[in-house]
Amino acid sequence: MGESKLDLLQGTLDLMVLQTLAAMGSQHGYGIARRIEQVSGDAVLLNQGTIYASLVRLQQRGWISAEWGTSDNNRKAKFYAITAQGRKQLAEDAAYWKRLAGVMGRVLAMDQEGGNS
Amino acid sequence: MIDSLRRAVNRVRSFFRKEPLDQELNAEMASHLEFAVEENLRRGMSAEEARRQALIRFGGIMQAKEQHRETRGLPTLDIFLQDLRYTLRTLRRDRAFTIVAVLILALGIGANIVVFSVVNTMLLRPLPFSNPQELVWIAPPPQKCGLSCATYSADAYDQFRSLSRSWQDVTGYMAFSTADNLRLTGHGEPQPATGIEVMGNFFQVLGVQPAMGRLFTPDEARHGASPVVLLSDHWWRRQFAADPDIVGKKIDLNGMPVTIIGVLPASFDFGAVFSPGAKIDAFTPEILDDERTWGNIVTMIGRLKPGVTIGQAQAEALLVAPHLCWSIKMPQTCGQYAGPDNSMQLHTLKDYVSGRLRRSLVVLWCAVGLILLIVCVNLSNLLLARAASRTREFAMRTALGASRGRLVRQLLTESLVLSAAGAICGLGLAYAGILWLAHQGSIALPLLSSIRIDASALAWTILIAIAAAAFFGLAPGLKMSSSNVQEALKDSGPGTSEGRKHERMRSALVISEVALACVLLIGAGLLMRSFLKVLDIDLGFQPEHAASIKVDYDDSAPTEEASVAKRSVIFQQILERVKALPGVEAAGMADFLPLGQNRAWGTPTPKGKTFAPGSLPGPLVYVITPGFVEAMGMRLHGRDFTWSDDLKSERVVLINASAARVYWPGEDAVGKFLTNGKQDVRVVGVVDDIHADSVEGQPGWQIYYPATQDGPEGAQLVVRTALPPASLAGGVLHALRELNPKQPAAEFRPIRTIVDRAVSPRRFFVLLVTVFAEFGLLLATLGIYGVISYSVTQQTQEIGIRMALGATQGHVLRGVLQKTMILAITGIVLGTVASVVVGRWIAALLFGTKPTDPVTFAAMIAVMIVVALIAGYIPARRAARINPMVALRGN
Repeated sequence: MGESKLDLLQGTLDLMVLQTLAAMGSQHGYGIARRIEQVSGDAVLLNQGTIYASLVRLQQRGWISAEWGTSDNNRKAKFYAITAQGRKQLAEDAAYWKRLAGVMGRVLAMDQEGGNS
Repeated sequence: MIDSLRRAVNRVRSFFRKEPLDQELNAEMASHLEFAVEENLRRGMSAEEARRQALIRFGGIMQAKEQHRETRGLPTLDIFLQDLRYTLRTLRRDRAFTIVAVLILALGIGANIVVFSVVNTMLLRPLPFSNPQELVWIAPPPQKCGLSCATYSADAYDQFRSLSRSWQDVTGYMAFSTADNLRLTGHGEPQPATGIEVMGNFFQVLGVQPAMGRLFTPDEARHGASPVVLLSDHWWRRQFAADPDIVGKKIDLNGMPVTIIGVLPASFDFGAVFSPGAKIDAFTPEILDDERTWGNIVTMIGRLKPGVTIGQAQAEALLVAPHLCWSIKMPQTCGQYAGPDNSMQLHTLKDYVSGRLRRSLVVLWCAVGLILLIVCVNLSNLLLARAASRTREFAMRTALGASRGRLVRQLLTESLVLSAAGAICGLGLAYAGILWLAHQGSIALPLLSSIRIDASALAWTILIAIAAAAFFGLAPGLKMSSSNVQEALKDSGPGTSEGRKHERMRSALVISEVALACVLLIGAGLLMRSFLKVLDIDLGFQPEHAASIKVDYDDSAPTEEASVAKRSVIFQQILERVKALPGVEAAGMADFLPLGQNRAWGTPTPKGKTFAPGSLPGPLVYVITPGFVEAMGMRLHGRDFTWSDDLKSERVVLINASAARVYWPGEDAVGKFLTNGKQDVRVVGVVDDIHADSVEGQPGWQIYYPATQDGPEGAQLVVRTALPPASLAGGVLHALRELNPKQPAAEFRPIRTIVDRAVSPRRFFVLLVTVFAEFGLLLATLGIYGVISYSVTQQTQEIGIRMALGATQGHVLRGVLQKTMILAITGIVLGTVASVVVGRWIAALLFGTKPTDPVTFAAMIAVMIVVALIAGYIPARRAARINPMVALRGN
């Protein structure tokens, strides 16, 4: 019995999708979902279906664009790509997450004297 | 920010492109699964296992789709549309319920829109002038001598204008102009028209711009100026066929050529604001220099300087008033406008126009609000009855996963749809009602002709429709959605006691409905009884079987004496000719008629007696011919004037009983002498007081001079007949035309209509409140009937058992009626208690009726009980006729 999988915080999935697209370039929904699973080492509880709500939200904000195309194995699929605006947003959000993670790390590492060990 | 905006736009766009987006999503998800299956196959799974794993990893397909739709579109609106479709479907199925509910709502909301429009027009909306809040009506302290004591002389007006600093300008109009005072000739038969003289600056001060042409210039208000006239919009259309080139043309008014200088806009209705119901056709400049000796003739309206409050203006007016002179040539007349207590009357023009009506309008508004409340309670009740039969439907939906909020939402949507339909039908009804009201010239209410459904009335409609929907939908909604699923699903039919709690709530609603209707009914009863008392007032004359017409005559002569003599001959001729007409019983003339215009001049004192100065007010003056007293049906002690009471004989007068009591208390006034300082006049008769000023007010003092000795201002011919007055109109006009071809076709008015006009505001309010009360009663009756009828249906089996065990029809009937009476009496008791409070609140509107008038209370309570009995009797009879065998077999 391993550790139970992580529930995704609100908004984190959007950031993961953006980062995945920034790193991999144009990609379809299944590819994005698989990539996130692989990178997280299957530690994230992700129903692949939920990725589509995230995709439409990002698309409506203008952070990603979508286009029907053909995959390597000749299958029709909808391909998503990050836009310039999406990259800007990604940079902002990533910085914010890193800062938050840093702060959280320091706060949680606090010992009884109130200093860091 | 821009991103959120873009998202919102995209969401709305997606909302309208559901089909293609859904198809695209399906395709996308299908390809997603294929990718997954393919990858799983590559890993060496069996085809079946590959597909199973792919589906597991994907999660719920329906949930994912739903999540996608909610994210991309407008879920709230989607749900609303869904509820709307469902509502329309259920309402269509339940047609009878829908029609009744919408009809009740339409009547309730329609009545509210009409009353709101009336209130809005008269109380809330500003007057149709520029910056109307600056306009102030200026009047001397109130006295009992009618219009003459409520107006100013030409000198006083000029003085007030030059002495005061608070005003941008002061204006006014001639207070003593009468209907049909102009004769338009040159267009076929002489046409009567109504004109009024206004100060040269009248329209500038009010801020009214002409629709065509120009306003008066200061020069045109000076002595000797060439006569000019401004036309009202409606006269320009009616009489001159809306001639676009009318400006500059000349018309003949009272035999004088007058130049038309302009046409006023349709939005300016002098009559609607200043003398409710009157239609003014023409406006001419008042030439004050010609009117210095005419006494008090003008009203005053001021426009405050910016930043000056009405309180400051009032304070200043109190300082100015003692300096005002009736005539600057007569120093002894200075200061009389200050009155005994120096209480100048300044009111905003709005207050002057409609302030008196405020309380009536507020009462009317409350009454109609009460109606809406009853409508809501009634609908709540109907919906609860419907809810009873829909319990299972909702239990089923709950079992299938609908949340409570979702169900309440569904029910509120239903209420909203009903109330929106009611509001739309109500608007239609209100539109018709308002159109009708706007054309009721016989109702003497200010601004009534300008009533219309405007933007604020529409906003009000939306507001009350939503409020009503929330009110009548929420209670049944919460009630229904909170019922227990299992109970409801198990409960497979009538006969079980699921109704108990339900019925208690419905009973409470019916009781409150009865109580509200009771309050309305008693309030309306009190107002109705007051109105009957008003109609019962002894006016001092007989309005039935008499009619009047304004008579044109020419008594111009070089001297006063010759003029009097000429006039006497003309009047005598006219009256002889008219009296000879078949059906005419009596005829006479007076310059003013009771309940119309009036005036006062002089303060005669009893000869040989001294009264403290100022203790004798001036009586209202009427100049009449012999026969007038009889034609009006007034009661006379002593003798009437005769044609031989002329300038050669002794001066004579008639006085009224009130004046006689003050002049010669405890003595018979007939034969005694009055003096006006210069001349003695003999009192030849005493007439009973007539209501000269108002129907409801106390009559003041009146004095009558003979037209054969004093100068009348125009002549109103009064004819008394046993025939319907209208049948004489042609004959009388024909007789007048024979003597004077210039006689215009003036209106032949039954005296009754003059009285009706005077009581028309009260009649208007009473009529509306009574209609509302009847509607309320009807709704309450429906409510009682509904509840009792429902409970009889629910208890069919129980009643059947009781009858099988030996209960007689009488028992059953009495049982149901008893139940009805418990509901009705509880409501009536609550309503009666509330009515005592309401009665006290409307006491100021009552006439000759106590707020706790026992007759009204008893009568209205009896009406409620009888109606409740009828409402209960119908289902009671049905219950008594239940066939026990059938009832028991039924379930």
